[in-house]
Amino acid sequence: MTLLALKQLGVSLGNRSVLEGADLSIGSGELVGLIGPNGIGKTTLMRAALGLLPATGYSSLAAMSAAERARTVAWMPQDRTIAWPISVEALVMLGRLPHRPLGLAPASVDRAAVKKALAAVDLEGFEHRRATRLSGGERTRALIARALAQETPLVMADEPTAGLDPAHQISAMEGFAGLARAGGAVLLSIHDLGLAARHCTRLVLLGEGRVMADGPPASVLTTDHLARIFNIEAFFQETPEGPVYQSLRVLGP
Amino acid sequence: MVRRRLKAVLLVGLMAGAWLPAMASGDERPQRVVSMNLCTDQLAMLVADEGQLISVSALAQDSRNSTMAEAARQYPPNHGRAEEIHQLAPDLVITGRFNAGPTVSMLQRLGIPVAVFDPATSLEDVRDNLQQMGEVLGRPAQAARLIADFDQRLAMLQQPVVHPPRAALYFPNGYTRGDQTLLGDIVRAAGFRNVATGEDVQFGGHLPLESLVMAEPDVLITGSRHDARSRSEAILRHPAVERAAAWEVAHELVTSDWVCGTPQALSAVERIGALRGQLMGAP
Amino acid sequence: MRVALWLSPLVLGLFLASLVIGPATIGPGESLVALVGEPGTPLALVMQEIRLPRALLAVLVGGSLGLAGAALQGYLRNPLAEPGLLGISGSAALGAVLAIQTGLASIMPLGLPLAALTGALVGVVLISLLAGTRGGSLSLILAGIAISALASALVSLVLNLSPSPFATSEIVFWMMGSLADRSMEHVWLALPFIVVGMTMLLALGRPLDALTLGEDAAEALGQRLLRVRVLLILGAALVVGASTAVAGTIGFVGLVVPHVLRPLVGAMPGRLLPASALGGAAMVLLADILVRVILPEADLKLGVVTAIIGAPLFLHLIYQTRRELE
Repeated sequence: MTLLALKQLGVSLGNRSVLEGADLSIGSGELVGLIGPNGIGKTTLMRAALGLLPATGYSSLAAMSAAERARTVAWMPQDRTIAWPISVEALVMLGRLPHRPLGLAPASVDRAAVKKALAAVDLEGFEHRRATRLSGGERTRALIARALAQETPLVMADEPTAGLDPAHQISAMEGFAGLARAGGAVLLSIHDLGLAARHCTRLVLLGEGRVMADGPPASVLTTDHLARIFNIEAFFQETPEGPVYQSLRVLGP
Repeated sequence: MVRRRLKAVLLVGLMAGAWLPAMASGDERPQRVVSMNLCTDQLAMLVADEGQLISVSALAQDSRNSTMAEAARQYPPNHGRAEEIHQLAPDLVITGRFNAGPTVSMLQRLGIPVAVFDPATSLEDVRDNLQQMGEVLGRPAQAARLIADFDQRLAMLQQPVVHPPRAALYFPNGYTRGDQTLLGDIVRAAGFRNVATGEDVQFGGHLPLESLVMAEPDVLITGSRHDARSRSEAILRHPAVERAAAWEVAHELVTSDWVCGTPQALSAVERIGALRGQLMGAP
Repeated sequence: MRVALWLSPLVLGLFLASLVIGPATIGPGESLVALVGEPGTPLALVMQEIRLPRALLAVLVGGSLGLAGAALQGYLRNPLAEPGLLGISGSAALGAVLAIQTGLASIMPLGLPLAALTGALVGVVLISLLAGTRGGSLSLILAGIAISALASALVSLVLNLSPSPFATSEIVFWMMGSLADRSMEHVWLALPFIVVGMTMLLALGRPLDALTLGEDAAEALGQRLLRVRVLLILGAALVVGASTAVAGTIGFVGLVVPHVLRPLVGAMPGRLLPASALGGAAMVLLADILVRVILPEADLKLGVVTAIIGAPLFLHLIYQTRRELE
C-alpha cells in the first residue's frame, strides 16, 4: 500500500530552484533514508511533501485536509525546541491530539499509546520530569516518542538520530525498522551513512537539486555517488554482520 | 503732569486687606496701569479712571470666563509675560497671587512696581478687594461707591432662611466647593446649606460620587451642560448624578459669574436664590 | 480543572468584597440587601449604579487582560508577552482618545469601543509582523517598546492639542487606567466585545498546546495556523480594545497572572487560558480594592497598583531570560 506519493515535486526560493522534479513513492514495510550533503534540500523536500511549503507538482500528503494528514503522517521536525516546561508525559500526549475529540480528557487508549511510545525510546520513568530539563539526547528521544504515540501509518523525521549516543541511535533505528515491518513506513533524513546503510531498506540520495539515486543502500552508496555528491571516499562492504560503511577521507578540491 | 516714580510697592504674602503705605492721592495716582490677571482685570476696569488702565490680560476678553469681555476688548491684551509688559512701560502692574512667580520677580527686578491681590474666597473678600483696588489706583471714592452698591444689593438678595435646603455643588472630576470658597459663600447667601460641609470639605476638593449620593442633597447645582468630550466631564452624566438630587439637577451656574470675586458674583446669588424660591414654591 | 476549583471562589470572594468597599460607610449585609432591592433609595443607587458596575468591570477587564496575556504568550511562545508591554493597550487607548476628541464617540453609540478595537487591532498586527516566527525576546520587547512609546506620545499629543481644560487629567486616565465612577452603561458597552473576544481566545487551547513543539509540528498535528493567527489577533484586539475603552491602559496583568499560574497548570498553555482569565479577574479586583483602601483621598490609579506589582516581576523575568537576550 502506498503511503506517500510524490510526483514532480519542485520547490523554488525566489528565482532559485531548490528542488526539481522529485518523484518518490513509499509503501508499507519501507524504512527510507533520505541522504545528501548539508543544505541540499532534504528538509525542504520533506516539508514540501507534507504541504508545509508551497511547491509545484503533486504530493499525496499535501492534498489531504489538515485533520486527515495528522492521522496519516507523524512529523518530527529538526527544531527541538520545547516552548514550555511541560511534563514528558504531556509532551508525548501531544502526539495524541489528532485522535482526541475536543474538550475531553485523554482516554485509556491515549494513555496506552503514550506508555508504549515511552517504552520504545527507553524513557519509562520519565513521565513526570520537565521536558525542558532533559539532556539533548533524552529530549530527542522524547520527541521521537511523541511521533510514535501519534500511531500513524507513516512517520517522517528530520535527523532523528542526531545527538543520540550509539546505543540509542541503534535502538531508535531498530524501532523505526519495527514500525516498517509492522506495516507502516518511515522516511527519515540522516547524516550517519553507516546507520543508514545498516537499517534502511532503501536510500534516496539528493544531489544537484534533484533525486540522484533511489534504491537499496548498496546501489546508492557507490564510489561514484560518494565522490560526486559527498566528495568523499568510503569503505562499504556486505559482511556476515550486515552492511558496514565507514567514510574514509575527503577527496581533493 | 509730571510722572512720579512710585516707591517700589511690593505687597507680599498677606491675606486680603494687605496694608498699603498711604499714598497715591490725587495727582500721584498711577497713570499707566497694566493688569495681568483675569480677576484684577475686571476689578481694575470697574475702579480705574478714564485712561488709567492701559492693558488687561487676554483672558478678560473671553466671554466664557469674563463678565466684562466686551469692555475688555477696548484694551490691548497682554499674556502675562514680563517682556511684553515691560515694553508697555507701565508704572504699576496688578496681578493675582497665583500668577506666575517668575514673571512677577522679573518685573520687580526690572524696577516695575507690582501690586498683588489675593483671590476672593467669600463675598466679604469682594468688598475688600474693591477697597484695595481703590487704594492702589488712587480712586478711593469710586471704590466706595461700588462697595455701597454691592452692600445694598446683597442686603436685598440675602434673606434669612429658617430651614435652608441642602445643595451639592458638583463639577467635572467630582470636584465640589465648600463654605470657604467664593462659590460656597454665594450658595450660602442664596439660602442653601452646602452638603460639602457635612462631608468635611471646606475649600475645593474631590467628593466621591458615593458620598454625593448618600448625602441626599435636595438639589445638585452644576455648570452648563458639557458635551462630555472628556472622562472628567463624563461623571456629570453618570446615572447616579442624575438621580442623586431629591428635587433636581440644576445647570444654573455661569462660570464667569463666580470664577472671580467681582460684584458680578451677586448675579449668581440672585440666580441661585431664584432657583431656591422656585423649588420651594415661594417667591 | 483543579486550579479553577480554588480560583473561582477567590474571584467570587473578591467580587463581594469589592461590592462592600467604598467611601460611603455602609455595612456589608445592608449593602448586599440594597444591591438586590428596590432602586429608589440612595443606598440602592450607590450599590446598583456605582459599586456593581465597578465590580463587574473589574471582572471583565481583569479576565480579558489575563486571558489575552496567556494567549499572546502561548502564541508567541514567550513569557514576556502581554498587551500592555507590547503596546496593544496603548494603541487601543489612542483609538479611544481619537474617537472622543473627534466627537465620533458621541455620534455613534458604539463608536468608542469600535475605535479602541481598531487601535488594538493595529497594535496586534504590528506586533505579530515585527515579532516574526523566529522573533526572540529581544525583538519582541523592542517592538513592544516602540509601539507603546509611539502610542503614548500620540495620545499625549492629541490631548495637548484639544481645547479641553481637563486634558492633563485625561492623559493620566488613559495612561494609568481607572475604574472609578463607571456606570452600567460602560458595562453594556464593553460586554459584547469582551464575550466574543474571550470566546475566540478560549478556542485557542489545543492549538497553543500543539505550538509548544513549534509551528511545523503544530501544523502537522492538524492545527491550521492561519485560523489560529486570526483568532488570536481578533480575539486579543476585541478584549483589549473594549477593556481599554472603558478603563484606560492597565498594564502587567497579562504578564503577572500567567506567570504565577503556569506552574499550577503543568505549564500547559491550553489549561493556562481559562486559569488566567480567572486569575486576571482576581488581580484587578484586588488592585481595585487596594486603590480604595490605601489612600482613598489620593485618587490612586489602578494602573499604578498593577505596575507596582508587575514591574518588579518583569525585571525578574528579564533577568531570568537575559542569556537569551545576549
